[in-house]
Amino acid sequence: MKRLVHHALFWPAVTLALLLAASSLFNASFLTLTWRDGHLYGSLIDILNRAAPLMVVSLGMTLVIAVRGLDISVGAVVAIAAAVAALMIGGSFSATGEVQSQYPLWLALGTALAVAAACGLWNGLLVVKAGMQPIVATLILMVAGRGIAQLLTGGQIITVYYPPFFALGNGFLLGLPVALWIAGGLWLALHLLLSRTALGLFVRSIGGNPEAARVAGVRSSAITLCVYTFCGFAAGIAGLIVSSNVKSADANNAGQLLELDAILAVTLGGTALTGGRFQLAGTVIGALIIQTLTSMIYSMGVPPEVNLVVKAALVFAVMLLQSPEFRGIVMRVARGNSSKPLDGVKR
Amino acid sequence: MSDNAPIVLRARDIARAFPGVQALAGVELTLRAGEVHALMGQNGAGKSTLIKVLTGVYAPDAGSIELLGQPVTPQSPIHAQHLGISAVHQESHLLPNLSVAENICAGRYPRRPWTRGGGIDWRETERRARELLAGLGIELDVTQLAGGLPAALQQLATVARAVATDARVLILDEPTSSLDADEVQSLFKLIRTLRDKGVAILFVTHFLDQVYEICDRMTVLRNGKFVGEYVCTKLDARGLVAAMVGRDVAAAEKSAATAHAADAGGPPLLAATNLSRRGQLKPMDIELRQGEVLGLAGLLGSGRTELARLLFALDQRDSGDIRIEGKPAKLEHPADALKLGLGFCPEDRKQSGIVAELSVRENIALALQARMGLRKFLTLTEQRQIAEKLVAALGVKTASIETPIGQLSGGNQQKAIIARWLATHPRVLILDEPTRGIDVAAKQELMHEILELAKGGTAVLFISAEIDEVVRVSDRIMVLRDRAKAGELPRGADEDAVYSMIASTNGAAT
Repeated sequence: MKRLVHHALFWPAVTLALLLAASSLFNASFLTLTWRDGHLYGSLIDILNRAAPLMVVSLGMTLVIAVRGLDISVGAVVAIAAAVAALMIGGSFSATGEVQSQYPLWLALGTALAVAAACGLWNGLLVVKAGMQPIVATLILMVAGRGIAQLLTGGQIITVYYPPFFALGNGFLLGLPVALWIAGGLWLALHLLLSRTALGLFVRSIGGNPEAARVAGVRSSAITLCVYTFCGFAAGIAGLIVSSNVKSADANNAGQLLELDAILAVTLGGTALTGGRFQLAGTVIGALIIQTLTSMIYSMGVPPEVNLVVKAALVFAVMLLQSPEFRGIVMRVARGNSSKPLDGVKR
Repeated sequence: MSDNAPIVLRARDIARAFPGVQALAGVELTLRAGEVHALMGQNGAGKSTLIKVLTGVYAPDAGSIELLGQPVTPQSPIHAQHLGISAVHQESHLLPNLSVAENICAGRYPRRPWTRGGGIDWRETERRARELLAGLGIELDVTQLAGGLPAALQQLATVARAVATDARVLILDEPTSSLDADEVQSLFKLIRTLRDKGVAILFVTHFLDQVYEICDRMTVLRNGKFVGEYVCTKLDARGLVAAMVGRDVAAAEKSAATAHAADAGGPPLLAATNLSRRGQLKPMDIELRQGEVLGLAGLLGSGRTELARLLFALDQRDSGDIRIEGKPAKLEHPADALKLGLGFCPEDRKQSGIVAELSVRENIALALQARMGLRKFLTLTEQRQIAEKLVAALGVKTASIETPIGQLSGGNQQKAIIARWLATHPRVLILDEPTRGIDVAAKQELMHEILELAKGGTAVLFISAEIDEVVRVSDRIMVLRDRAKAGELPRGADEDAVYSMIASTNGAAT
């Protein structure tokens, strides 16, 4: 039991469970899953599907934060990838009434991901080679990136008419949403990469003490570059899912403020913002917590104008629940304020 | 000093346990007014824990503390300070971007009356700081930024800040470990001034000569237990070491170096010619042969560390041709050095040695893994085997190899970092001040380990500010002065020879 409580994922998981339980109070059919047309349907599936882009972005963000970095340009990269994909696919009706893609689908997707990865590499170069503070380095692309996306789309919302593209954000595979398979696959791949190769040890040592890692012969610069590039790539995948889901690319709003949700998801998942220790599975739970919150607010019937305030209050409550210091205070108050300060409370 | 000096602080029967470790049990400490009292013990003996109990960082599990006859229970360092117990830790530094005066008065700035607009009275702040420093005989411009001061002056200002709150008890935790001989003297002058003002001073250090120079009494701890309180004049260094270690180390003062033939034939294992970096090292040559210990001696700032960093490619050299076994070597990044079979134990353990939050096992495996690259992954079992073997071989004291290395005592961290390099089976091992901050017995073990390594064929570059250590283990000694090579001395050269080469001004021994 004690080991369970001290497990890094215990409190994120408890938080998610509590939120799900609360949601089922507002919506009696919340936990119901039904099988229709060969797919699973239900609010839970909905949450998983909608959380997928955030999960993908947050996984990239987790690694960046683990090497003492930060990438606030992911929202803009989402918009760029969406714009590139939408422009290259577009679609026009042929004489037969069939919709044609402008370029082959694989080429469009590949280009969008390559551009996104290049954005990540750019960030990485600014941080590693130019020695900029990560928040400043990525701020550049955060602002400029959205401009680039708007330039690409000419300020218009580009609509995609080519149905095969819609599978990413709307399709189902073996009864589950395709987006969920993508996010799950990415998580599994990362998990294996970090636990079956030395990458996990290197990332934690760079985050824990970059200078010591360098002295020990770890190629910190190369690894950090790769991590930023991957973060951009992940944002690209999210961009594809998002644009596929809404069948268009909106340079102004795609991925808007996604960077902040991603940082929040990483934090909720138990990764320290100071670098070093990271929790990939925690990040996934964190992204689910955020999406559950959002869904819950909708199902509560909160008017749109107070939406953000309610969300902020809930996020605040969640953060308190996750704070060991706060839990320590609660425990002490519960015990009648008599005992001396607990040494056992982990900091 | 006399037995009837009034007792300022008395700690009785102090006990404190941590999960799995009884850090202190039945510890006694008596500090008297106007005396300097040494707290002695090996790494892990409980010195730090005792200090943390006295300053309210930890609550003791048992025992009592009396200050001037009144029982006290410090709740926090601030509370301890209000009671009159101040501490200067090895790492307690000044805030570099504030002036000396601001640093000294930090937390208790004098306020201007509201009639004059309220806020902090900066003029009064400076006046108080100036007065305090003048009273302690320290000459320092209080308006200067603290960050711009040399380490020694910062240390003095830190001590001044600690006693600014009318401290009755001043705890100095290894205050001299980063100071050179002259700087130590100016700190001692300050300590004597404070002592004569009636402050009871607890002095923690690993330097035995300093203990005998400045202290009146000492308390020795061993494995968390109280060994005894001694008057310094009645216990010689050998007796003290015996008390700390728990056995008689007769060999401690004898030369540890045993003759072993350094490989004479063939090209040197590592040879650098014309190695330089602007502002850090003037062009010099250095050669290391298989199985030899090359000692590097010189004062602080003579270029010892700079030379080591260039050899390990931690800094880029402006000029210099490095050859390994006669072949030109590509050496642009520490990872290259690692591939070529070099190892480097940095001087600053916390900054560039340990990754504090990672386990002892991970810290030990790090360099070997870095050399093996990403794909050839050491399995958990392999990592454990390597770590356990080295932890046992070097006698690293840790609850488990899964303990975060940051929780180990300084000496044990140092051993674990050396273990990291031993795991890579280096051909050349550069040790920059490996004995700094570790106790006598551990130093002894370390010297032994270095000689064993050399016997096994590793070339060791041994850097230390302690000339006696250099003399003891080295087959050859290279002396640096003013960032250039002053000369070389063969095996058997004594300390005086090294000192005179350091001191000679016009490159005598070339």
